[in-house]
Amino acid sequence: MKKAINLSVNGVSHAGEVEPRMLLVHYLRDVLELTGTHVGCETSLCGACTVMLDGQAVKSCTVFAVQADGSSVTTIEGLAKNGERHPVQEGFWEKHGLQCGYCTPGMIMTAAQLLERNADPSREEICHGLEGNLCRCTGYQHIIEAVQYAAKKAGQS
Amino acid sequence: MTENYVGKRVKRTEDPRLIRGLAHYVDDIALPGTLHVAFVRSMYAHAKINSIDTSAALAAPGVVAVYTGHDVADKIGPVPCASALPELKVPDHRVLARDKVYFVGHPIVAIVARDRYAARDAVDLVMVDYEDLPVVTDVEQAAAGGPVIHEVFGTNIAYKLTSGEGDVDAAFAAADRTVKQRILHKRLAPIAMEPRGVLARYFPGEEELTLWSSTQIPHLMRTQVALMIGIPENKLRVITPEVGGGFGSKLNVYAEEALLGWISMQLGKPVKWIETRRENMQATIHGRGQVGDIEVAFKNDGTLLGLRYSVFADLGAYHQLLTPAIPTLTGLMLSGAYRIPAIQMNITGCFTNKMATDAYRGAGRPEATYVVERGLDLVAADLGMDPAEVRRKNFPAPSEFPFHTATGLDYDSGDYETALKKAQDMAGYADLREKQRKAREEGRLIGIGLSTYVEICALGPSQAMPAGGWESATVRIEPTGKVTVLTGASPHGQGQETSFAQIAADELGVNLNDVTVIHGDTGIVQYGIGTFGSRATAVGGTAVFVAIQKLKEKAHKIATHMLQSDASRVSFEGGKYSLQKAAAAAAATTGKSDPVVPVGEAPAGALPEPQTEGKSSLTIQEIALAAHVAKDLPPDTEPGLSATYFFEPKNFTFPFGTHIAVVEVDRDTGDIEFLRYVAVDDCGRVINPMLVDGQIHGGIVQSIGQAMYEEVVYDEQGQLVTGTLMDYALPRASHVPEFELDRTETPSPVNPLGVKGVGEAGTIGATPAIVNAIVDALAPFGVKHLDMPIKPEDVWRIINHG
Repeated sequence: MKKAINLSVNGVSHAGEVEPRMLLVHYLRDVLELTGTHVGCETSLCGACTVMLDGQAVKSCTVFAVQADGSSVTTIEGLAKNGERHPVQEGFWEKHGLQCGYCTPGMIMTAAQLLERNADPSREEICHGLEGNLCRCTGYQHIIEAVQYAAKKAGQS
Repeated sequence: MTENYVGKRVKRTEDPRLIRGLAHYVDDIALPGTLHVAFVRSMYAHAKINSIDTSAALAAPGVVAVYTGHDVADKIGPVPCASALPELKVPDHRVLARDKVYFVGHPIVAIVARDRYAARDAVDLVMVDYEDLPVVTDVEQAAAGGPVIHEVFGTNIAYKLTSGEGDVDAAFAAADRTVKQRILHKRLAPIAMEPRGVLARYFPGEEELTLWSSTQIPHLMRTQVALMIGIPENKLRVITPEVGGGFGSKLNVYAEEALLGWISMQLGKPVKWIETRRENMQATIHGRGQVGDIEVAFKNDGTLLGLRYSVFADLGAYHQLLTPAIPTLTGLMLSGAYRIPAIQMNITGCFTNKMATDAYRGAGRPEATYVVERGLDLVAADLGMDPAEVRRKNFPAPSEFPFHTATGLDYDSGDYETALKKAQDMAGYADLREKQRKAREEGRLIGIGLSTYVEICALGPSQAMPAGGWESATVRIEPTGKVTVLTGASPHGQGQETSFAQIAADELGVNLNDVTVIHGDTGIVQYGIGTFGSRATAVGGTAVFVAIQKLKEKAHKIATHMLQSDASRVSFEGGKYSLQKAAAAAAATTGKSDPVVPVGEAPAGALPEPQTEGKSSLTIQEIALAAHVAKDLPPDTEPGLSATYFFEPKNFTFPFGTHIAVVEVDRDTGDIEFLRYVAVDDCGRVINPMLVDGQIHGGIVQSIGQAMYEEVVYDEQGQLVTGTLMDYALPRASHVPEFELDRTETPSPVNPLGVKGVGEAGTIGATPAIVNAIVDALAPFGVKHLDMPIKPEDVWRIINHG
């Protein structure tokens, strides 16, 4: 039995019917064709699927689309504003915070939330904030530097 | 050439699409009418299949087709193994199990349905009647005659091999002293963040099959899958879109790749399979898996005389592409960075009821480096010498290169002492030892671990490779002056869209953003070998470099003609061919030449006529235009401006370096904390230092994983205990220290770029440094060796129970 949902994704309203068991990440990827959000483990352990749900970074592989009914979702595709890359996106590019890029959208969303909560985090606070996101390529050092760069940049603007 | 880009920290051209979520991995490609595939996989490690009932699955809503092993047995050939060791036993490895299953995760039934949920639902409706059989998971038990997995062989031993040079027995007989240690290299899971995935689309009219697959080897896969499913190779196109990491796990040809292609051909519809993480843990290759004994013979002064490594290699139930070959790579690298006159490796490769082992970052070389570097620390401990001094004593001098080892290799170039000294200086080694001594007096447990590794890269000369060791490149300059590079390498995170563009831009004197690097599409790119074995830049980058030289020979000829001069009077500098009197002026302009046809101003219809009247120099892009318009070319000159080169390396390359780890162990909890991590790596000439650092960081952290966290665990029933990322511990951001990196740069004489390769250095060099540091920290408790992963509990037990 399908269920009607209505949610805003990256500022655009979407109404439709979904199976109650459809995962939010599949709704975003398969229905809305926003494939920037990735699936890495289906068990909320890797963080590749992280999106903002009403301003909170969540792992969209363990949220049902129906749970997002009435909510506002931001995905990696919606992070840049008016064609301006988000400071965290800038940081990842500037500091080589990505290699294969698969964990990157989730990592960037988590980092963006981290900086919203703490504009000037220490290295330890950054590491702690990124604990829910796995990267197998970078060894994290450049990711940490990317977040530091973004914090500095956001602080200047 | 003018080096505007090579050697510089150039930001990646790949990144803008990746950081905005606009890149396309396999699962991001949506074709209308795509069907989804899910697999029924074995729950048992070893069982007879009495019957399979698929009727309920077939009747389930949305299910389109169901295939069992018997349905495809005479339709799809066996999963290939490219290793050709003497007397190797090769089991008949079918894409779906028929009468027996051999490991947990072994695919049995493929279900095709309208969406991924329906396919997954139907998996639970398939009834498989299993009759379980005795299981063997322990490699030594398998060798000793445990339950036989493949009855046809009557044994679990797939091969035995002895390698090495020099008289090892004599070396041991002549030695003042010897040390001996049993060591384990546990199985590891590569865990690329993007699991594997395949999308297959068959056009029955054109008889063309396209496979989008997350692979490191698109061309080799095309050849193998074409043979497996019996489609002409030129009717099969393999595309690797964005690939989310590989680490060797996608250097393979898997059952699912052939099966999806075949299913699409049966149904005439696109079909997609995206591996779940659980499937990835069960049925994507594992790495390592060796149980061995090291013996080292040496003199009282620390001079090494001989080394023997006898090892049982846990191959798993079947051979994947390179399974049996991996331990032989260990044998090649057992000389490490040292002069060891006699070396012997004895391999017993065994079948076990587990997933196959194969190439995981380093692929046999981390095992070798671990053996040698642990061995050197055992020697140092035995003699009471400083580990750095034992190493130093046995290094070959830079003047001794090419250096022949008793493993049959000729190391290309090296300066091991300089790298060691640099790392020691960075770390403040003498002070660290003093600090350690004082800390011990206070009851603190600080350990310092070294590894002075050498690795084998740029795989490799075709003679030494199962399916060609060269790499290809086509470079062309389009009529509008844009440069297209087609590489047979298949980067998946290494950044060669940028680093190859750096090479091309410098060699051609054009802007970096006028160069596009295309890879991973067998319909567009000439045959290539792929990306693995730290080969892409050293072999594939060299192919790009030489192709450009070929292209420039032709451009020179055209330029000479257009400038109405003699070839000897025309020279290339700063992107321009100039008459010699004007050459100095051209060289003085550092700016780049612009494309002939600026973007947005492309003429409709005919291309513009090249303007050469009265010119004393021409940009290479003006020459490209003339070559395509082709109204006034020198006699016997083919129109167009492109060149293809297949580079065959004459030798491997041998990067090296020194890693120093400093750790402190917590007496109360057994926790291990990094105090410092210093690495000096030498990967030859560096194209982009930022990318090199990234490779080193990532490699070291995979080493931290192996040394302290990661271990694929099967229980005695062959159940995979570490089947999710909850149970298999990967390093997270808070687990890693801040790395202090530096480099030495010893060019390789093997290729004209002088590059060696860096993709695996961190994983090869770091593991023993970390373990040596932890063992050193626990030396006051008499600890000489610990097996990986070294967990706080192990450490705590040693401290508290001795």
